[in-house]
Amino acid sequence: MNFRTILTTASVLCCAVSAWPAEDQVPQLQRQLQQLQAEFEKTRLAQQQQIDALTRQLATLANAPAPAAAPVPAPADDQQKLERELAAATEPPVAPPGTAPRSPPPLAGAHAGSAYMNISFGSLLAAGWSSAANPSAQLELGDHDPIKRGFALRNAEISLDGAIDPYFKGFANIVLKLDKNNATEIELEESYLQSTSLPANLQLKAGQYFASFGRQNPQHPHTWAFVDQPLILGRAFGPDGLRGIGTQLSWLAPTPFYTELFLSVLDGQGGTAFSFRNPGDPDAAGVPRYAGRATLDRTLRGPQDLLLVPRLASSFELSDSQTLLAGASAALGPNDTGPQRRTEVYGVDLFWKWKPADAAQGFPYVSWQTEALYRRFAAGADPLVALPAATLRDYGYYTQLVWGFVPRWNTGLRLDYTAGNDAATEAGDPYRGQRYRFSPELTFLPSEFSKVRLQYNYDHGDLFGTAHSIWMQLEFGLGAHAAHKY
Amino acid sequence: MKSFHRCLTLPLLTGLATAALAKLNVVATTPDLGALARAIGGDQIELTTLAKPSEDPHFVDAKPSFIVKLNHADALIEGGAELEAGWLTPLLEGARNPKLDPGRPGRIAGAEGVALLEVPTALDRSQGDIHASGNPHYLTDPLNARIVAAHIARALAELDATSAGVYQGNLKKFDDALEARLAEWQKLAAPFAGRPVVTYHNYWIYFGRRFNWPMELFLEPKPGIPPTPAHLAAVITKMKAGNLKVVTVQPYQHRKTAETVASHTGALVLDWPSFPGGPGTEGYLEWMDHLVKSTVAGFEQTR
Repeated sequence: MNFRTILTTASVLCCAVSAWPAEDQVPQLQRQLQQLQAEFEKTRLAQQQQIDALTRQLATLANAPAPAAAPVPAPADDQQKLERELAAATEPPVAPPGTAPRSPPPLAGAHAGSAYMNISFGSLLAAGWSSAANPSAQLELGDHDPIKRGFALRNAEISLDGAIDPYFKGFANIVLKLDKNNATEIELEESYLQSTSLPANLQLKAGQYFASFGRQNPQHPHTWAFVDQPLILGRAFGPDGLRGIGTQLSWLAPTPFYTELFLSVLDGQGGTAFSFRNPGDPDAAGVPRYAGRATLDRTLRGPQDLLLVPRLASSFELSDSQTLLAGASAALGPNDTGPQRRTEVYGVDLFWKWKPADAAQGFPYVSWQTEALYRRFAAGADPLVALPAATLRDYGYYTQLVWGFVPRWNTGLRLDYTAGNDAATEAGDPYRGQRYRFSPELTFLPSEFSKVRLQYNYDHGDLFGTAHSIWMQLEFGLGAHAAHKY
Repeated sequence: MKSFHRCLTLPLLTGLATAALAKLNVVATTPDLGALARAIGGDQIELTTLAKPSEDPHFVDAKPSFIVKLNHADALIEGGAELEAGWLTPLLEGARNPKLDPGRPGRIAGAEGVALLEVPTALDRSQGDIHASGNPHYLTDPLNARIVAAHIARALAELDATSAGVYQGNLKKFDDALEARLAEWQKLAAPFAGRPVVTYHNYWIYFGRRFNWPMELFLEPKPGIPPTPAHLAAVITKMKAGNLKVVTVQPYQHRKTAETVASHTGALVLDWPSFPGGPGTEGYLEWMDHLVKSTVAGFEQTR
């Protein structure tokens, strides 16, 4: 319908209407017309006001000045000229004032979340020396700890995460390590999904993941404050930490302070469930042994053979600058040294941090982290090697204080202690007996993405006497900006 | 029987009354967003701001207590330009609050609809701590605050339709006040148009653009990289050569560095609060007023 048609139709209608009504309807129509006119005028006024407001806004925007070029520095005397030359020679090139980029076209695909997942890569290189010729035999039992004198690269990690769909987020950590002969080992450290939309404050996790036991177990090595794994964590959970295939349900309790309850049900088989259904390493004859006993390497008989990991964690704001996070955990499941043998591990953990409200780049801060664990391992008998059924009890703690004294620098001190009962076990087991370790460290973080650390270990154990080690660690991170839990 | 009825109805009535009085629970990541939320939400909202006004917003700890705050929230106002990249994600993962899922009305990204400056053409961390979306300190420009305030008002009205009128009214009040103040600020700023200011971090570029005070010389050689002697020497040379007489520093930055530079150049050190929320700068407009007036006073002193 074009304009002329509308006009014609309208006039025809008007004529028809004016011709049609009876005499008494005319005043009524006039009133209606007046009403319509009044309403139209009201609408027009409102619109005009809106237009005026918009015009004003546009004018303000148009008046907004573009950045003017800063005055170009002009040499005042020879000294300044020299200073400038020196400065130019020693400093990295910086765009002079006035040439700063003014919103160039955005980089396609550059925004966080514009790819379907975040990808990052982190690498930890260790270099150092130990009084022990083979540090990994008795001293450094963690899988990511330095394994030998000289250089070692025991953790190069590819991390992936992103939203799977509106219901789940996905996470994967693939670790590459170099062994003593520089051959590459690969490990699917974690691969799990996590629910985002369960009701009642619940969250489900399923796949291969680090169990929520204590503070450090679920953390990746690049977030640790020291080069190596705390001794008691190694005793209870072995070189890899407590990790496995399974599912975890966690619940954020409706308390005014943070309280979270976790329950993990893990398959619990293999070396990543060290104190549980772990067949252990084969001896010279090829018989897999754990604590000296030949193991069963059995499959599940029922749900009672699964590994359960419950945890309770709470956090309190002690003041504006102090936070406390405390937790209690357990790991309960069968072990492989006999058909009815079971293991229980209990732990408590504490993390306290002070950081003032005007901290620069997160510094200064003081943090104190402590964990204490107790393991009760009911070992079966192995008559062939004359080992009776026995209960191995191990306990220990580590406590560490880290002080970020100026931006980018921190120094820390860790004390490790482990001990156990004298229950019958294989001689020379590096996972038993009394041992303590004293580790000062100094770290420099050039940026959030790189780190250099120096650590000394004074180590004393029943098995090896006294040992000294000094380790340097160099870390870098590439890719997506890491975000860390408290 | 009567008492039984009372037993039933009393809690029911109390429950209803609480529901009617229940305020919208809003969490803002940084104090500038918090100040805007307060200006729009007024008494109708329960507001929690995660970062403290004196805190370095790039390095906030993801404290577990924040998880609880986010779990209870009806709305989250975040910068939306990666400023909180190091701490917000794990908090949201722990919060289990579908109301704050991206795309929901409860998830308010301040940067939406704001033209960000310095969007990098290449993502290269050798250039320091760069943000892929552009410079995230956009609320130092009052006109950007206006865009964000309107965004907050729209979102709050959508979440709490019964108070929509209040939010719109508060927005109008804020807009009118801002317009009046802006005219005043621009009048104050005009005599000093083109006067450059040295800042510690590349935080104030939007502010500088608005009032025509170039802020393109920094004590940091690159964003997030601490000042080096060589860089400071170059800054001092540039300051002496140009008419750069004002150096600004934020609460968490190293004031001594700024003082040293100032002592070599006869410049004045100004303390600029990074965010509203300090004494005398509680609201957004009071904060901006302080920034403009202290700068003008600084220029006057170092004419």
